[in-house]
Amino acid sequence: MQVTSMHFKARAKEKLADAKLQAALRKLQGNFVKGRADRVAELDNFEAIREAGAEIRERALANLDLYLAEFENNATARGAVVHWAETAEQANRIVCELAAQYKARKVVKSKSMVSEECGLNDALAAAGIEVIETDLGEYILQLAHEAPSHIVAPVVHKSRDEVSDLFEQKHGKPRKTGIAELTREAREMLRPHFLGADMGISGANFIIAETGSTLIVTNEGNGRMVTTLPRVHVAITGIEKVVPTLEDVATLLRLLPRHGTGQTITNYVSVTTGIRGAGESEGPEHFHVILMDAGRTRLIGSDLQPMLRCIRCGACMNHCPVYQSIGGHAYGWVYPGPMGSVLTPLYVGLENALDLPNAATLCNQCGVVCPVKIPLPDLIRKVRERQFERGLKPWWERAGLALWGWTARHPALYAIMTAIGARALAWMGGSGKLIHNLPLGGGWTGRRDLPAPQGKTFREMYGRHWRRS
Amino acid sequence: MSARGKILGSIRAAQGKPAEAAAEERERVRAHLAARPANARPAPPRDLRAEFRSRALALSSTLDDIAAMSAAPQAVAAFLTRNALPLTAVCWPELDDLDWAAAGLHVAARTARDGDLVGITGAYCGIAETGTLMLLSTPRAPATVSLVPETHIALLRAGRIVSGMEEAWKLLRSEMPALPRAVNFVSGPSRTADIEQTVTLGAHGPYRVHIVLVGS
Repeated sequence: MQVTSMHFKARAKEKLADAKLQAALRKLQGNFVKGRADRVAELDNFEAIREAGAEIRERALANLDLYLAEFENNATARGAVVHWAETAEQANRIVCELAAQYKARKVVKSKSMVSEECGLNDALAAAGIEVIETDLGEYILQLAHEAPSHIVAPVVHKSRDEVSDLFEQKHGKPRKTGIAELTREAREMLRPHFLGADMGISGANFIIAETGSTLIVTNEGNGRMVTTLPRVHVAITGIEKVVPTLEDVATLLRLLPRHGTGQTITNYVSVTTGIRGAGESEGPEHFHVILMDAGRTRLIGSDLQPMLRCIRCGACMNHCPVYQSIGGHAYGWVYPGPMGSVLTPLYVGLENALDLPNAATLCNQCGVVCPVKIPLPDLIRKVRERQFERGLKPWWERAGLALWGWTARHPALYAIMTAIGARALAWMGGSGKLIHNLPLGGGWTGRRDLPAPQGKTFREMYGRHWRRS
Repeated sequence: MSARGKILGSIRAAQGKPAEAAAEERERVRAHLAARPANARPAPPRDLRAEFRSRALALSSTLDDIAAMSAAPQAVAAFLTRNALPLTAVCWPELDDLDWAAAGLHVAARTARDGDLVGITGAYCGIAETGTLMLLSTPRAPATVSLVPETHIALLRAGRIVSGMEEAWKLLRSEMPALPRAVNFVSGPSRTADIEQTVTLGAHGPYRVHIVLVGS
């Protein structure tokens, strides 16, 4: 997917002024935020389960190479073929080669964020292959030529009216306005594609080392269609998605749907292992799993490794005040919200996503709700540090910090400067003790007043208190 | 070097490990996979059947109780009639022994095709914690029957309701040599909330899931 994260500020400004988007985002907060809270409250020992979830993911990462090798062995033993892709381009090439090998003309896809990373649909289209997204949200986006704005609810930014217009225009059928009718129309349009496709492409929420299986969670049933009906199934996923055992799957499935959509369990959890068995009259005859790196190994062994625990539930963005205000498109790549503030710069280059780690208040809502205890604010701060170390921050920010750092190392000078500053700000505040317009800080005071200091610094007051006692 | 070698090699290098894993390192991982240690989980429900029922209902499934499997065709016919649904169906070959015709049903035992409106399946087991059906794909239990038709009816023996997914895996390991090609956990009719976060039943899979609980 093309990266547009460098335009974050301009896009964010547009999104703040978009009334339709703002209404959609309010709805998302109501459903997903409340849903998660309700479902988590069902579990009397939620914190212990969350701790177990984090441990499972850490254990897999601590021996990632060996669990991946176990997965590969067990998957291969069941007739699957495991491919390894260092980059998104390699992953695309593998899929296109498979399509050519099996003479696939039509491909149906269930939702896969890894395939969004790759821009897989464009690669397949360039190879002359028809690709149809079958998740309702992704299907709508494909018709509209738009990118997802949320990893779980990709079309959250679109209203029902927009979908009505789009379907009328693209399907050439009488305009429907009810959500149930629109859903039925999409079902009827997509059914023939499921039945006529030569290849199904899915992602994988987890791959299971113990059994060599891939697992997807879905609600619509399109994931089951994609992995059952076509004669070839290709699953594409990141190397970090491995979990050791089926017991671990049971634990993680108590966390993922609760945090993703506020469900106790998704409608379908589908575990696929190997190819069509002897005597079976359905199921793919060929099963390929593509394990993609594309930046993930760069996080391994570093202080950012905890990010690879992520199980892609989206709770961090649902609870993020910045995401709640601007939605997902402003972030400019596949993963929005706090997870995107960490992943996007690391996967597409720090210099291409300078604003993202700073598009965070560090309020720690994301850290509090993360089902696998990823310390997101800490990681966001570490990405900021890397930006600074690489010299990617603007000169005035670096100069300002250098000046502050130098002053802070000279306590007497620091005392004088802060005493002058505090008095100047107090004077500016006037009798109302509020600053309406701060020079060089217009961004802060543009929409609110800054309470003015009272005239003395903390050190002055502390010193006086000390002398008195 | 292959992509595989490069990826696995850079993982090991980044973690400060030697290029080749030592035998004991591999053994530790294998031992963990063999031991499958239990993780923290919620307290199991006391009354499995009652919990299964209330959870399944909460997920928009419907339920009926019958005393014995031989009563299943009558119960299925009654459900279909009650809901003004067609009396023609497909079922798992595994269920071909039941006397569907005697209940006035036209049932074909085969994989489901487009246009089939009612699919009748068994269930490997039920999971009380979430009101979930566990379905295994086998030659005599094709996965399409629970997926393609608009109505899915599942016959579940009440004695096969287990506490949580852990028990379901345990049961599977004790009874089957390996995982079947597809294990599907089904928790109610297919649904979507993609448009305006509004839940709509019947996305690509069944619009309704009816569970017939057999026995006590």
